[in-house]
Amino acid sequence: MHSCVELGAEVLQAYRSALEREESPIGREVLQTLLDNAAIAKEQQIACCQDTGTAIVYLQIGQEISWLGPPLVHSINEGVRQGYRDGYLRMSIHNPLTGENTGDNTPAVVHYDIVEGDKVTVHVLPKGGGSENMSRLGMLVPAVGVAGIRDFVVESVILAGGKACPPLIVGVGIGATADSVSWLAKRALLRPLGEHHPDATIAALEKSWLQSVNETGIGPLGMGGRTTALALHIETQGCHITGMPVAVNLQCHAHRHGIAVL
Amino acid sequence: MPLYMDLPLSKEALKPLRTGDILYLSGPLYTARDAAHKRIAVAVSSGQKPPIDLTDAAIFYTGPCPAKPGAPSGPLSPTTSARMDSFVELMFKLGMSSMIGKGDRAPYVTDLCRHYGGVYLLGFGGAAALTASWVIASELVAYEDLGTEAIRRLTVEKMKVIVGIDSLGTVLMEQEIPKYRYNG
Repeated sequence: MHSCVELGAEVLQAYRSALEREESPIGREVLQTLLDNAAIAKEQQIACCQDTGTAIVYLQIGQEISWLGPPLVHSINEGVRQGYRDGYLRMSIHNPLTGENTGDNTPAVVHYDIVEGDKVTVHVLPKGGGSENMSRLGMLVPAVGVAGIRDFVVESVILAGGKACPPLIVGVGIGATADSVSWLAKRALLRPLGEHHPDATIAALEKSWLQSVNETGIGPLGMGGRTTALALHIETQGCHITGMPVAVNLQCHAHRHGIAVL
Repeated sequence: MPLYMDLPLSKEALKPLRTGDILYLSGPLYTARDAAHKRIAVAVSSGQKPPIDLTDAAIFYTGPCPAKPGAPSGPLSPTTSARMDSFVELMFKLGMSSMIGKGDRAPYVTDLCRHYGGVYLLGFGGAAALTASWVIASELVAYEDLGTEAIRRLTVEKMKVIVGIDSLGTVLMEQEIPKYRYNG
Protein backbone atom coordinates (compact mmCIF):
# COMPACT_ATOMS: atom_id res chain seq x y z
CA MET A 1 0.00 0.00 0.00
CA HIS A 2 2.80 2.41 0.95
CA SER A 3 4.50 1.77 -2.37
CA CYS A 4 1.38 3.00 -4.25
CA VAL A 5 1.47 6.34 -2.40
CA GLU A 6 5.07 7.46 -2.07
CA LEU A 7 7.60 7.25 -4.85
CA GLY A 8 11.17 6.38 -3.90
CA ALA A 9 13.73 9.15 -3.37
CA GLU A 10 15.73 7.82 -6.34
CA VAL A 11 12.68 8.18 -8.64
CA LEU A 12 12.08 11.78 -7.52
CA GLN A 13 15.78 12.55 -7.95
CA ALA A 14 15.62 11.12 -11.49
CA TYR A 15 12.64 13.44 -12.27
CA ARG A 16 14.59 16.45 -10.96
CA SER A 17 17.72 15.60 -12.98
CA ALA A 18 15.55 15.12 -16.08
CA LEU A 19 13.85 18.47 -15.48
CA GLU A 20 17.27 20.19 -15.41
CA ARG A 21 18.27 18.60 -18.72
CA GLU A 22 14.96 18.71 -20.58
CA GLU A 23 14.89 21.15 -23.50
CA SER A 24 11.22 20.82 -24.48
CA PRO A 25 8.96 23.41 -22.77
CA ILE A 26 6.06 20.93 -22.76
CA GLY A 27 8.41 18.21 -21.48
CA ARG A 28 9.45 20.47 -18.60
CA GLU A 29 5.80 21.25 -17.86
CA VAL A 30 5.09 17.50 -17.63
CA LEU A 31 8.08 16.75 -15.39
CA GLN A 32 7.18 19.59 -13.03
CA THR A 33 3.58 18.29 -12.93
CA LEU A 34 4.86 14.83 -11.95
CA LEU A 35 6.92 16.33 -9.10
CA ASP A 36 3.88 18.32 -7.90
CA ASN A 37 1.78 15.15 -8.08
CA ALA A 38 4.25 13.13 -6.00
CA ALA A 39 4.24 15.85 -3.32
CA ILE A 40 0.41 15.89 -3.10
CA ALA A 41 0.21 12.09 -2.96
CA LYS A 42 2.70 12.02 -0.10
CA GLU A 43 1.04 14.86 1.81
CA GLN A 44 -2.49 13.46 1.49
CA GLN A 45 -1.38 9.81 1.68
CA ILE A 46 -3.29 8.87 -1.46
CA ALA A 47 -2.27 6.84 -4.50
CA CYS A 48 0.06 8.79 -6.79
CA CYS A 49 -1.50 7.04 -9.83
CA GLN A 50 -5.05 5.67 -9.95
CA ASP A 51 -3.84 2.56 -11.74
CA THR A 52 -2.56 0.76 -8.67
CA GLY A 53 -1.92 -2.15 -10.94
CA THR A 54 -1.49 -5.86 -10.83
CA ALA A 55 0.26 -6.77 -7.58
CA ILE A 56 3.47 -8.46 -8.66
CA VAL A 57 5.14 -10.19 -5.73
CA TYR A 58 8.59 -11.75 -5.95
CA LEU A 59 9.97 -13.76 -3.04
CA GLN A 60 13.57 -14.81 -2.59
CA ILE A 61 13.24 -17.52 0.02
CA GLY A 62 16.22 -18.71 2.03
CA GLN A 63 16.48 -22.49 1.74
CA GLU A 64 16.82 -22.88 5.53
CA ILE A 65 13.25 -21.66 6.00
CA SER A 66 10.00 -23.54 6.15
CA TRP A 67 6.63 -22.67 7.65
CA LEU A 68 3.40 -24.18 8.82
CA GLY A 69 -0.16 -23.15 8.12
CA PRO A 70 -1.92 -22.29 4.87
CA PRO A 71 0.00 -22.28 1.58
CA LEU A 72 2.17 -19.20 1.11
CA VAL A 73 0.18 -17.97 -1.88
CA HIS A 74 -2.93 -17.64 0.33
CA SER A 75 -1.07 -15.33 2.69
CA ILE A 76 0.24 -13.26 -0.22
CA ASN A 77 -3.25 -12.81 -1.64
CA GLU A 78 -4.62 -11.95 1.81
CA GLY A 79 -1.96 -9.25 2.07
CA VAL A 80 -2.96 -7.87 -1.34
CA ARG A 81 -6.65 -7.96 -0.35
CA GLN A 82 -6.03 -6.00 2.87
CA GLY A 83 -3.57 -3.54 1.38
CA TYR A 84 -5.78 -2.60 -1.58
CA ARG A 85 -8.90 -2.28 0.60
CA ASP A 86 -7.33 -0.32 3.47
CA GLY A 87 -5.25 1.87 1.19
CA TYR A 88 -8.23 3.00 -0.96
CA LEU A 89 -6.47 1.54 -3.98
CA ARG A 90 -8.23 0.64 -7.21
CA MET A 91 -9.42 -2.90 -7.82
CA SER A 92 -8.25 -3.48 -11.37
CA ILE A 93 -8.28 -7.26 -11.69
CA HIS A 94 -11.14 -8.94 -13.54
CA ASN A 95 -11.96 -12.22 -15.23
CA PRO A 96 -10.52 -11.84 -18.74
CA LEU A 97 -13.44 -13.67 -20.36
CA THR A 98 -16.49 -12.55 -18.38
CA GLY A 99 -15.21 -9.12 -17.31
CA GLU A 100 -16.29 -9.77 -13.73
CA ASN A 101 -14.08 -7.87 -11.26
CA THR A 102 -12.59 -10.05 -8.53
CA GLY A 103 -13.34 -7.19 -6.11
CA ASP A 104 -10.13 -7.35 -4.10
CA ASN A 105 -7.35 -7.04 -6.71
CA THR A 106 -6.35 -10.68 -6.32
CA PRO A 107 -4.84 -12.86 -7.57
CA ALA A 108 -1.35 -11.42 -7.30
CA VAL A 109 1.21 -12.52 -9.87
CA VAL A 110 3.81 -14.37 -7.79
CA HIS A 111 7.36 -15.43 -8.55
CA TYR A 112 9.65 -17.40 -6.22
CA ASP A 113 13.36 -18.13 -6.10
CA ILE A 114 15.03 -20.39 -3.56
CA VAL A 115 18.27 -18.76 -2.39
CA GLU A 116 20.95 -19.31 0.25
CA GLY A 117 20.38 -18.40 3.89
CA ASP A 118 17.55 -17.97 6.37
CA LYS A 119 15.90 -14.75 5.21
CA VAL A 120 12.95 -13.99 2.94
CA THR A 121 13.19 -10.94 0.68
CA VAL A 122 9.82 -9.73 -0.57
CA HIS A 123 9.61 -7.40 -3.57
CA VAL A 124 6.27 -5.79 -4.40
CA LEU A 125 5.81 -4.10 -7.77
CA PRO A 126 2.31 -2.70 -8.37
CA LYS A 127 2.37 -2.68 -12.18
CA GLY A 128 0.09 -0.41 -14.19
CA GLY A 129 -1.83 -1.74 -17.19
CA GLY A 130 -0.90 1.04 -19.62
CA SER A 131 2.79 0.27 -19.47
CA GLU A 132 2.37 -3.52 -19.17
CA ASN A 133 0.25 -3.52 -22.35
CA MET A 134 3.23 -2.14 -24.26
CA SER A 135 5.45 -5.13 -23.36
CA ARG A 136 6.92 -7.08 -26.26
CA LEU A 137 8.40 -10.51 -26.81
CA GLY A 138 10.67 -11.11 -29.81
CA MET A 139 11.85 -14.58 -30.69
CA LEU A 140 14.66 -13.18 -32.85
CA VAL A 141 17.36 -15.11 -34.68
CA PRO A 142 21.00 -15.21 -33.53
CA ALA A 143 22.11 -13.45 -36.75
CA VAL A 144 20.57 -10.14 -35.64
CA GLY A 145 23.31 -9.75 -33.03
CA VAL A 146 23.56 -6.99 -30.45
CA ALA A 147 22.49 -4.28 -32.93
CA GLY A 148 19.34 -6.24 -33.77
CA ILE A 149 18.41 -6.54 -30.10
CA ARG A 150 18.96 -2.80 -29.61
CA ASP A 151 16.74 -2.03 -32.61
CA PHE A 152 13.97 -4.24 -31.17
CA VAL A 153 14.19 -2.44 -27.81
CA VAL A 154 14.13 1.05 -29.37
CA GLU A 155 11.28 0.05 -31.68
CA SER A 156 9.30 -1.16 -28.64
CA VAL A 157 9.70 2.24 -26.98
CA ILE A 158 8.65 4.05 -30.18
CA LEU A 159 5.57 1.84 -30.58
CA ALA A 160 4.60 2.52 -26.97
CA GLY A 161 4.87 6.31 -27.41
CA GLY A 162 2.88 8.14 -24.74
CA LYS A 163 0.74 5.09 -23.93
CA ALA A 164 3.24 3.64 -21.48
CA CYS A 165 3.53 6.96 -19.56
CA PRO A 166 7.17 7.93 -20.14
CA PRO A 167 9.69 8.77 -18.80
CA LEU A 168 10.12 5.03 -18.55
CA ILE A 169 12.26 2.49 -16.87
CA VAL A 170 13.03 0.01 -19.64
CA GLY A 171 13.45 -3.62 -18.56
CA VAL A 172 15.15 -5.86 -21.13
CA GLY A 173 15.48 -9.64 -20.93
CA ILE A 174 17.81 -11.47 -23.31
CA GLY A 175 18.14 -15.24 -23.62
CA ALA A 176 16.48 -18.16 -21.82
CA THR A 177 13.10 -19.16 -23.36
CA ALA A 178 9.85 -17.37 -24.25
CA ASP A 179 8.44 -17.75 -20.73
CA SER A 180 11.61 -16.99 -18.76
CA VAL A 181 12.79 -14.07 -20.86
CA SER A 182 9.59 -12.17 -20.05
CA TRP A 183 10.30 -12.62 -16.35
CA LEU A 184 13.94 -11.53 -16.86
CA ALA A 185 12.67 -8.26 -18.37
CA LYS A 186 10.28 -7.70 -15.47
CA ARG A 187 12.89 -8.65 -12.87
CA ALA A 188 15.25 -6.08 -14.42
CA LEU A 189 12.82 -3.40 -13.17
CA LEU A 190 13.41 -4.48 -9.58
CA ARG A 191 17.05 -3.43 -9.63
CA PRO A 192 17.58 -0.07 -7.86
CA LEU A 193 16.93 2.69 -10.39
CA GLY A 194 19.93 3.35 -12.60
CA GLU A 195 22.21 0.81 -10.89
CA HIS A 196 24.09 -0.87 -13.70
CA HIS A 197 24.56 -4.58 -14.31
CA PRO A 198 27.68 -5.94 -12.56
CA ASP A 199 29.01 -7.25 -15.89
CA ALA A 200 30.87 -4.34 -17.53
CA THR A 201 29.88 -5.35 -21.07
CA ILE A 202 26.19 -5.43 -20.19
CA ALA A 203 26.51 -2.19 -18.20
CA ALA A 204 27.98 -0.52 -21.31
CA LEU A 205 25.01 -1.71 -23.38
CA GLU A 206 22.63 -0.29 -20.76
CA LYS A 207 24.25 3.14 -21.08
CA SER A 208 24.36 3.06 -24.86
CA TRP A 209 20.77 1.82 -25.34
CA LEU A 210 19.44 4.34 -22.82
CA GLN A 211 20.96 7.02 -25.01
CA SER A 212 19.35 5.47 -28.12
CA VAL A 213 15.97 5.44 -26.38
CA ASN A 214 16.37 9.09 -25.38
CA GLU A 215 17.20 10.01 -28.98
CA THR A 216 13.71 8.96 -30.14
CA GLY A 217 12.33 12.36 -29.13
CA ILE A 218 9.20 10.81 -27.56
CA GLY A 219 9.75 12.68 -24.30
CA PRO A 220 7.71 12.98 -21.11
CA LEU A 221 4.22 11.49 -21.60
CA GLY A 222 4.99 11.17 -25.32
CA MET A 223 4.61 14.91 -25.91
CA GLY A 224 8.16 15.37 -27.24
CA GLY A 225 11.47 15.90 -25.49
CA ARG A 226 14.83 14.49 -24.52
CA THR A 227 13.61 12.43 -21.56
CA THR A 228 11.99 9.24 -22.80
CA ALA A 229 13.54 6.92 -20.19
CA LEU A 230 15.14 7.43 -16.80
CA ALA A 231 16.97 4.11 -16.83
CA LEU A 232 17.44 0.93 -18.86
CA HIS A 233 18.25 -2.37 -17.13
CA ILE A 234 19.25 -5.59 -18.88
CA GLU A 235 19.18 -9.14 -17.50
CA THR A 236 20.50 -12.10 -19.47
CA GLN A 237 20.50 -15.88 -19.30
CA GLY A 238 22.03 -18.53 -21.54
CA CYS A 239 19.82 -19.74 -24.38
CA HIS A 240 19.59 -22.34 -27.11
CA ILE A 241 21.91 -21.89 -30.10
CA THR A 242 18.97 -21.56 -32.48
CA GLY A 243 17.37 -18.58 -30.82
CA MET A 244 17.61 -15.05 -29.51
CA PRO A 245 14.65 -14.48 -27.18
CA VAL A 246 14.27 -10.80 -26.27
CA ALA A 247 11.60 -9.31 -24.01
CA VAL A 248 10.92 -5.67 -23.24
CA ASN A 249 8.94 -4.72 -20.15
CA LEU A 250 8.23 -1.03 -19.80
CA GLN A 251 7.67 0.61 -16.44
CA CYS A 252 5.85 3.95 -16.31
CA HIS A 253 7.18 7.07 -14.58
CA ALA A 254 5.22 6.09 -11.44
CA HIS A 255 7.82 3.45 -10.63
CA ARG A 256 6.37 1.96 -7.46
CA HIS A 257 8.45 -0.68 -5.78
CA GLY A 258 8.55 -1.91 -2.20
CA ILE A 259 11.04 -4.26 -0.61
CA ALA A 260 11.10 -5.98 2.78
CA VAL A 261 13.52 -8.49 4.30
CA LEU A 262 11.97 -10.87 6.81
CA MET B 1 -0.57 31.20 -23.17
CA PRO B 2 -2.89 29.52 -20.65
CA LEU B 3 -6.58 29.72 -21.45
CA TYR B 4 -9.33 29.47 -18.86
CA MET B 5 -12.48 27.83 -20.25
CA ASP B 6 -15.85 26.70 -18.95
CA LEU B 7 -17.26 23.23 -19.59
CA PRO B 8 -19.21 22.02 -21.48
CA LEU B 9 -17.27 23.25 -24.50
CA SER B 10 -19.29 24.03 -27.62
CA LYS B 11 -17.81 23.31 -31.05
CA GLU B 12 -17.71 27.08 -31.56
CA ALA B 13 -15.58 27.55 -28.43
CA LEU B 14 -13.20 24.79 -29.60
CA LYS B 15 -12.51 26.38 -33.00
CA PRO B 16 -9.79 28.84 -31.91
CA LEU B 17 -7.90 26.22 -29.89
CA ARG B 18 -4.58 25.09 -31.31
CA THR B 19 -2.42 22.08 -30.62
CA GLY B 20 -0.07 22.75 -27.68
CA ASP B 21 -2.38 25.29 -25.97
CA ILE B 22 -2.56 24.79 -22.21
CA LEU B 23 -6.15 24.97 -20.94
CA TYR B 24 -7.61 25.24 -17.46
CA LEU B 25 -11.10 23.75 -17.56
CA SER B 26 -13.89 24.41 -15.06
CA GLY B 27 -17.33 22.80 -14.98
CA PRO B 28 -18.89 19.38 -15.55
CA LEU B 29 -17.48 16.44 -17.48
CA TYR B 30 -18.12 12.70 -17.62
CA THR B 31 -15.79 9.78 -16.98
CA ALA B 32 -16.03 6.76 -19.28
CA ARG B 33 -13.57 4.10 -20.36
CA ASP B 34 -13.65 0.71 -22.15
CA ALA B 35 -16.63 -0.95 -20.47
CA ALA B 36 -18.86 2.16 -20.38
CA HIS B 37 -18.20 2.91 -24.05
CA LYS B 38 -19.11 -0.65 -24.94
CA ARG B 39 -22.38 -0.38 -23.00
CA ILE B 40 -23.27 2.92 -24.69
CA ALA B 41 -22.59 1.34 -28.10
CA VAL B 42 -24.78 -1.68 -27.27
CA ALA B 43 -27.58 0.58 -25.96
CA VAL B 44 -27.55 2.77 -29.07
CA SER B 45 -27.42 -0.18 -31.46
CA SER B 46 -30.53 -1.63 -29.81
CA GLY B 47 -32.39 1.66 -30.25
CA GLN B 48 -31.98 3.01 -26.71
CA LYS B 49 -30.70 6.43 -25.68
CA PRO B 50 -27.32 6.72 -23.95
CA PRO B 51 -27.69 7.11 -20.16
CA ILE B 52 -26.27 10.66 -20.20
CA ASP B 53 -26.80 13.73 -22.38
CA LEU B 54 -23.66 13.88 -24.51
CA THR B 55 -24.38 17.27 -26.13
CA ASP B 56 -21.07 19.18 -26.10
CA ALA B 57 -19.88 16.74 -23.43
CA ALA B 58 -16.23 16.32 -22.47
CA ILE B 59 -15.40 12.65 -21.89
CA PHE B 60 -12.52 11.90 -19.53
CA TYR B 61 -11.04 8.45 -20.08
CA THR B 62 -10.36 7.42 -16.51
CA GLY B 63 -11.25 5.00 -13.72
CA PRO B 64 -10.64 6.51 -10.27
CA CYS B 65 -9.45 4.88 -7.05
CA PRO B 66 -12.02 4.83 -4.23
CA ALA B 67 -12.30 8.21 -2.48
CA LYS B 68 -11.13 8.52 1.11
CA PRO B 69 -13.93 9.66 3.46
CA GLY B 70 -14.61 13.36 2.89
CA ALA B 71 -12.68 13.61 -0.40
CA PRO B 72 -14.75 14.63 -3.49
CA SER B 73 -12.91 12.05 -5.61
CA GLY B 74 -10.33 9.35 -5.31
CA PRO B 75 -7.08 9.74 -7.29
CA LEU B 76 -7.66 9.70 -11.04
CA SER B 77 -5.76 10.47 -14.25
CA PRO B 78 -6.15 9.58 -17.91
CA THR B 79 -5.90 6.02 -19.16
CA THR B 80 -4.64 5.02 -22.64
CA SER B 81 -7.00 6.71 -25.11
CA ALA B 82 -6.22 4.42 -28.05
CA ARG B 83 -8.42 1.70 -26.55
CA MET B 84 -11.41 4.00 -27.12
CA ASP B 85 -10.51 4.87 -30.74
CA SER B 86 -13.18 2.67 -32.25
CA PHE B 87 -15.92 4.46 -30.26
CA VAL B 88 -14.93 8.02 -31.18
CA GLU B 89 -17.17 8.34 -34.25
CA LEU B 90 -20.24 7.13 -32.38
CA MET B 91 -19.53 9.48 -29.46
CA PHE B 92 -19.07 12.46 -31.80
CA LYS B 93 -22.38 11.56 -33.49
CA LEU B 94 -24.04 11.50 -30.05
CA GLY B 95 -22.81 15.05 -29.39
CA MET B 96 -19.47 14.71 -27.56
CA SER B 97 -17.16 17.64 -28.33
CA SER B 98 -13.93 16.71 -26.55
CA MET B 99 -11.99 13.77 -25.12
CA ILE B 100 -9.41 13.85 -22.34
CA GLY B 101 -6.87 11.04 -22.25
CA LYS B 102 -3.24 10.06 -22.73
CA GLY B 103 -1.13 8.79 -25.61
CA ASP B 104 -1.40 8.65 -29.38
CA ARG B 105 -4.62 8.00 -31.31
CA ALA B 106 -5.19 6.13 -34.56
CA PRO B 107 -4.88 8.40 -37.65
CA TYR B 108 -8.64 8.13 -38.26
CA VAL B 109 -9.31 9.87 -34.91
CA THR B 110 -7.53 12.93 -36.31
CA ASP B 111 -9.83 12.82 -39.36
CA LEU B 112 -12.87 12.53 -37.06
CA CYS B 113 -11.74 15.58 -35.02
CA ARG B 114 -11.51 17.56 -38.23
CA HIS B 115 -14.84 16.28 -39.55
CA TYR B 116 -16.84 16.83 -36.36
CA GLY B 117 -14.95 19.91 -35.12
CA GLY B 118 -13.95 18.10 -31.93
CA VAL B 119 -10.69 18.05 -30.02
CA TYR B 120 -8.49 15.56 -28.16
CA LEU B 121 -7.05 16.94 -24.94
CA LEU B 122 -4.06 15.44 -23.14
CA GLY B 123 -4.25 15.09 -19.40
CA PHE B 124 -1.31 14.07 -17.26
CA GLY B 125 -1.15 10.28 -17.22
CA GLY B 126 -0.12 9.04 -13.80
CA ALA B 127 -0.57 12.41 -12.05
CA ALA B 128 -3.63 11.13 -10.19
CA ALA B 129 -3.22 12.85 -6.82
CA LEU B 130 -2.81 16.23 -8.52
CA THR B 131 -5.75 15.65 -10.91
CA ALA B 132 -7.97 14.69 -7.96
CA SER B 133 -7.16 18.07 -6.39
CA TRP B 134 -8.92 19.72 -9.37
CA VAL B 135 -12.16 17.76 -8.77
CA ILE B 136 -14.68 19.51 -6.52
CA ALA B 137 -17.60 17.07 -6.92
CA SER B 138 -18.21 13.56 -8.22
CA GLU B 139 -21.53 11.84 -8.75
CA LEU B 140 -22.15 8.34 -10.04
CA VAL B 141 -24.63 8.63 -12.92
CA ALA B 142 -24.71 5.31 -14.80
CA TYR B 143 -23.55 1.68 -14.86
CA GLU B 144 -22.79 1.47 -11.13
CA ASP B 145 -22.05 -2.26 -11.45
CA LEU B 146 -18.96 -1.41 -13.50
CA GLY B 147 -17.21 -0.17 -10.35
CA THR B 148 -14.29 2.06 -11.28
CA GLU B 149 -15.49 1.95 -14.91
CA ALA B 150 -18.94 3.40 -14.09
CA ILE B 151 -19.87 6.77 -15.61
CA ARG B 152 -19.32 9.62 -13.16
CA ARG B 153 -20.22 13.27 -13.55
CA LEU B 154 -17.30 15.27 -12.21
CA THR B 155 -17.18 18.97 -11.54
CA VAL B 156 -13.65 20.23 -12.03
CA GLU B 157 -11.99 23.53 -11.26
CA LYS B 158 -9.03 24.75 -13.31
CA MET B 159 -8.18 21.28 -14.56
CA LYS B 160 -4.97 21.54 -16.58
CA VAL B 161 -4.90 19.88 -20.03
CA ILE B 162 -2.91 20.35 -23.24
CA VAL B 163 -4.53 20.37 -26.69
CA GLY B 164 -3.31 17.15 -28.37
CA ILE B 165 -5.38 17.24 -31.59
CA ASP B 166 -7.18 20.43 -32.57
CA SER B 167 -10.27 20.78 -34.77
CA LEU B 168 -8.05 21.39 -37.81
CA GLY B 169 -6.52 17.95 -37.29
CA THR B 170 -3.07 19.07 -36.13
CA VAL B 171 -1.45 16.48 -33.87
CA LEU B 172 0.82 17.57 -31.00
CA MET B 173 2.98 14.44 -31.09
CA GLU B 174 3.66 14.83 -34.83
CA GLN B 175 4.63 18.44 -34.23
CA GLU B 176 6.80 18.01 -31.13
CA ILE B 177 8.55 14.61 -31.27
CA PRO B 178 10.54 15.27 -34.49
CA LYS B 179 12.02 18.42 -32.87
CA TYR B 180 13.81 16.26 -30.31
CA ARG B 181 14.55 13.17 -32.41
CA TYR B 182 18.21 12.53 -33.16
CA ASN B 183 18.73 12.10 -36.88
CA GLY B 184 22.49 11.59 -36.93
